[in-house]
Amino acid sequence: MKITRLVVVAGAVLALGLTAFDASAQMRKVKVATEGAYAPWNFVNSAGKLEGFELDLGAELCKRAKFDCEFVAQDWDGIMPSLLAKKYDAIMAGMNITPKRMETINFTTAYAAGAHGFLVMKNSSLTKMPGGEFSLTKDPAGAEKAIADLKPLLKGKILGVQASTTNLAWAEKYFKDVAEIREYKTTEQHDLDVAAGRIDAAVVAHSAAKATMETATGKDMAIAGPAFSGGMLGLGVAVGIRKEDNDLKAAFDDAVKSAIADGTIKRLSEKWFKVDMTPKS
Amino acid sequence: MDLDFLWTTFVRLIGGVPLTLQLAFSSIVLGLALAVLLAVMMRSWFTPLAWAADGFVFVFRGTPLLVQVFLIYYGLGQFRPVLDDMGIWWFFRSPYYCALLALTLNTAAYGAEIVRGGLQSVPHGQIEAARAFGMSGFTLYRRIVAPIALRQALPAYGNEIILMIKATSLCSTITLMEVTGLAHRIISETFRSFEVFFVAGAIYLAINFAMSRLIGLAEARIAPDLDQASRPAEVH
Repeated sequence: MKITRLVVVAGAVLALGLTAFDASAQMRKVKVATEGAYAPWNFVNSAGKLEGFELDLGAELCKRAKFDCEFVAQDWDGIMPSLLAKKYDAIMAGMNITPKRMETINFTTAYAAGAHGFLVMKNSSLTKMPGGEFSLTKDPAGAEKAIADLKPLLKGKILGVQASTTNLAWAEKYFKDVAEIREYKTTEQHDLDVAAGRIDAAVVAHSAAKATMETATGKDMAIAGPAFSGGMLGLGVAVGIRKEDNDLKAAFDDAVKSAIADGTIKRLSEKWFKVDMTPKS
Repeated sequence: MDLDFLWTTFVRLIGGVPLTLQLAFSSIVLGLALAVLLAVMMRSWFTPLAWAADGFVFVFRGTPLLVQVFLIYYGLGQFRPVLDDMGIWWFFRSPYYCALLALTLNTAAYGAEIVRGGLQSVPHGQIEAARAFGMSGFTLYRRIVAPIALRQALPAYGNEIILMIKATSLCSTITLMEVTGLAHRIISETFRSFEVFFVAGAIYLAINFAMSRLIGLAEARIAPDLDQASRPAEVH
C-alpha cells in the first residue's frame, strides 16, 4: 500500500520533471543585440522595425541552431558592456573579431568579411588618393607602404570615425600624427558631416559606405583611396558571445558553418550588399 | 576596487576638464548678458519686443538641450550653401562654436526668467522712496533695483550655473572630447563603464562642490543679513 503510493508519487514527480525538462529542451530563448543604425548590416526601416543582412542571417542561424531568438537594438558604444551585463546573449552588429575584443568576449566563426577605406565627397581632392587592395594580415609590408603613401595627402585633414570601432583604432594608429580625428556615435552622424563639409573623409567599412552613397545624404560621395582589410581592422564579422557561454558559441559556430557551406550567406550578402561577403578561409 | 585603474582613468579624464570648464563658463558669461537683455525686453512697454523675448524663452526652455545641440549642429549642417552665402559657415563648421551657441541660448532662456523674477521682486515702495529722493534712471537701477534684484536672483542663478556645468556633458554627442566624451572613449577601450562613470561623476561633483561654495560666498557677501544662521552671533 505504502509502496504503491510512493511509486505513484515518484512517478508524478518524474513526469512533472520530464515535462519541465522537455519544455526547456524544446527551444532555448536567445536575445540577440544589434545596433540598428548601420545599413545595410542592420537598421531600422521606415516602419520602425529592425531590418538588414544580420536580421535575415540571424533568423536563419537561429532556425538552424533551434533557438527562439529575439532581436533588440542597442547603441553601439554600449553594445559590449551590455553583453557582459547579461542584457542579451549575443551580438550581431557588423562587429569585427579583433584580438583586443577577444580579451573580453568570444566570437564565433566569421560570417562576413569586407574591406575598409575612406568615404569622401566626389569633388574632394582626396579622390586622387591611389587605389589598390591591401590585407594587413597577408601583406603587412604592402599595407604599411600604402598607408605611408596616404599620409602626405591626408596632412591637415579632418577624419571622422565611429567611436569604439576597428576603424577608429586603425585611423588613430596611422593617421593621428597628420590628421585630426573626430569620433562619432553613429556612422550616420559622420556621413552628415562629410556631406556638410565639416570633415574631409570618414573612415568606414566599404559595405556601409556603399549604402550611404545610395541615400540622399551620400549621393555626391565616393569611396576613395585603397581598400584595407584584415589585421587590426578585423578578422571578419562574427557573432559576439560571452566567454562562458561555450554551448551557445558551439551552436552558432555550426549554424554559421552550415550557412557558409550551403551558400545561404552568399545569397543573403548578394541581396543586401550586392557583392559576396562570404569570408574566404 | 582596482585603484590603479581608477587613478589612470582619473588622470585621463582630468584632460577633459579644461574643455568642460571653458564651455561652461563661456556660455554662462555670454548667456547672462543675453539673459539681462531678454529680461529687459520682457518688461519693455513696446509689446513686440516683449513678445519676441517671451517667444525665445518659450522655445529654448520648452525643448531639451540635447535636441537644441543636434538641431544647431546636424540640422544647420544641412544648410551649408545658405550659411556659406551668409558668410557664417566658419562658425557652424566648428563643433565647439555650435556647442557654445546651443549652451548660451539655452542658459539665456533660463537666466532671463531668473533675472525677470529678481527685477519683479523689488518692492514698489522702495522704488517710490528712491524717486522721492530724486533718484531716477540709471542711478535708481544702480543703487536700489540692481542690488535687491541681484540678491533675490543669485540663489536661483547659482543653481543654473551648476546645471550648465553638468549640461556640457551633452557636447560629447557632437564630437567634443570633454569629460564625458573622454569617459565614453575609455569605456570603449576597457568596457568598464561602472568605474569610468564613477570617476567622471566624482569629477563633476568636485567642480560643482567648488562652484557651490563660491556661489555661497557671493551670496553671503551681497546679502549678509539673509545669512545670519551661518555666522557666529555677534558679541556685544
